[in-house]
Amino acid sequence: MTGIIDYGVGNLFSLRSSLAFLGEETVISGDKETLAACERILLPGVGAFEDAARKLRECGLDQFVHETAERGKPLLGICLGMQLLFEKSYEFGCHDGLGLLKGNIVPIPNPDNALKIPQIGWNGLHFPEGKQKSPLFRDVNEGDCVYFVHSYYAADCAGSVLATTEYGAELTAAAGKDNVMGTQFHPEKSGKVGLSILRAFCDL
Amino acid sequence: MITKRIIPCLDVRDGRVVKGTNFLGLRDVSSPVDLAKFYSENGADELVFYDITASSDGRKLFTQILTETASNVFIPLTVGGGISSLEDFDRVLKCGADKVSVNSGALRNPALICEAAKRYGSQCVVLSVDVKRVDGTFHVFAKGGREDTGRDALEWIRFGLSEGAGELVINSIDTDGVKEGFDLEMLDAVCAISDVPVIASGGAGCAEDFVRLFQALPGVDAGLAASIFHFGEVQIRDLKALLADNHIPVRR
Repeated sequence: MTGIIDYGVGNLFSLRSSLAFLGEETVISGDKETLAACERILLPGVGAFEDAARKLRECGLDQFVHETAERGKPLLGICLGMQLLFEKSYEFGCHDGLGLLKGNIVPIPNPDNALKIPQIGWNGLHFPEGKQKSPLFRDVNEGDCVYFVHSYYAADCAGSVLATTEYGAELTAAAGKDNVMGTQFHPEKSGKVGLSILRAFCDL
Repeated sequence: MITKRIIPCLDVRDGRVVKGTNFLGLRDVSSPVDLAKFYSENGADELVFYDITASSDGRKLFTQILTETASNVFIPLTVGGGISSLEDFDRVLKCGADKVSVNSGALRNPALICEAAKRYGSQCVVLSVDVKRVDGTFHVFAKGGREDTGRDALEWIRFGLSEGAGELVINSIDTDGVKEGFDLEMLDAVCAISDVPVIASGGAGCAEDFVRLFQALPGVDAGLAASIFHFGEVQIRDLKALLADNHIPVRR
């Protein structure tokens, strides 16, 4: 059973249906006991960092995410859910994240306003050289495209970068340490490649 | 490197895809779900569903089809047609749409763009504009391109962007259906004022038209078409191979 944390942020339709498509049982819940019974946890999220971080705390679920991480249970943050795993975000001020991964969330560098922000669309994944590929990407090849929608990205996190993408600069596309992982892109919207990542997560 | 997107557009009425289709090996070519699956498996980067139903029964059927599609196809899905209120946004987002495109609804009630962007985020709000030349300037047309609003298209687009539209679908009525290529002159004028993705629509007659589009206008992010894909005149896989041969980045 995969638990999808419901803290009132974003549309969970696609995430649930992509897992159902893979034959995985899911429960969408904001209840700690229900979620604690799951074998793995997904932390979704869209919108603004401050608002999402506050809602997660108000639901008392920030503590649950910490416990999940400590117990060694697989935890995957998606998009804003991934950003919440880091220490701080500089989106409209400076806000504390969960601090499970070292690093900060900062705007995509855009010198001369040459880039369209947010980055919207399919971009290639690149795996750091000399580092063993995360099991999350066991069926993903160098250069495979996934779907991004974001204006901020995780920086100062060199130790935990699992994959990058090129948009003006090299941006963190996925990060993780042990059982705590996150993708900046949307695997549930990234066709076959995205489904293979969710499949791999469920097989952890 | 971010890739250029190829987007087939499906007009849906009473639960069926309107406009002929010509696919081998596809059992029911007018089933939106089957066609969406086919496109997704054959290289489409995104899908647009336009609800051209007039009746409330048809609308219910549309949302059912949307749910079924979004449960089986895992690429971004934009829904348009008959979107005139936040309730309409809600209705289609709950059924699995990722983005919602507004056109006539926003012309009738321009505050809709800003209200929707505030509630769902700009990334969710696509402003779709039908543009036609009138006396040497670009006008916005309403009601599926039948009615001249008298509004200057570039001013309307600027307004939409300032209100929080996150993407633009720009359809040229002058080139739509003519199949002699996209309206490069008009799209160039739009790219010059847009800081969000521009999706070009109207006029694609062959694969080379997409090459010319992306080569001439680096500011265009995606090309949208309906009939050339539905009739099988252009296969998206072949189109992408041609684009890649011409050094235009595409997802393979």
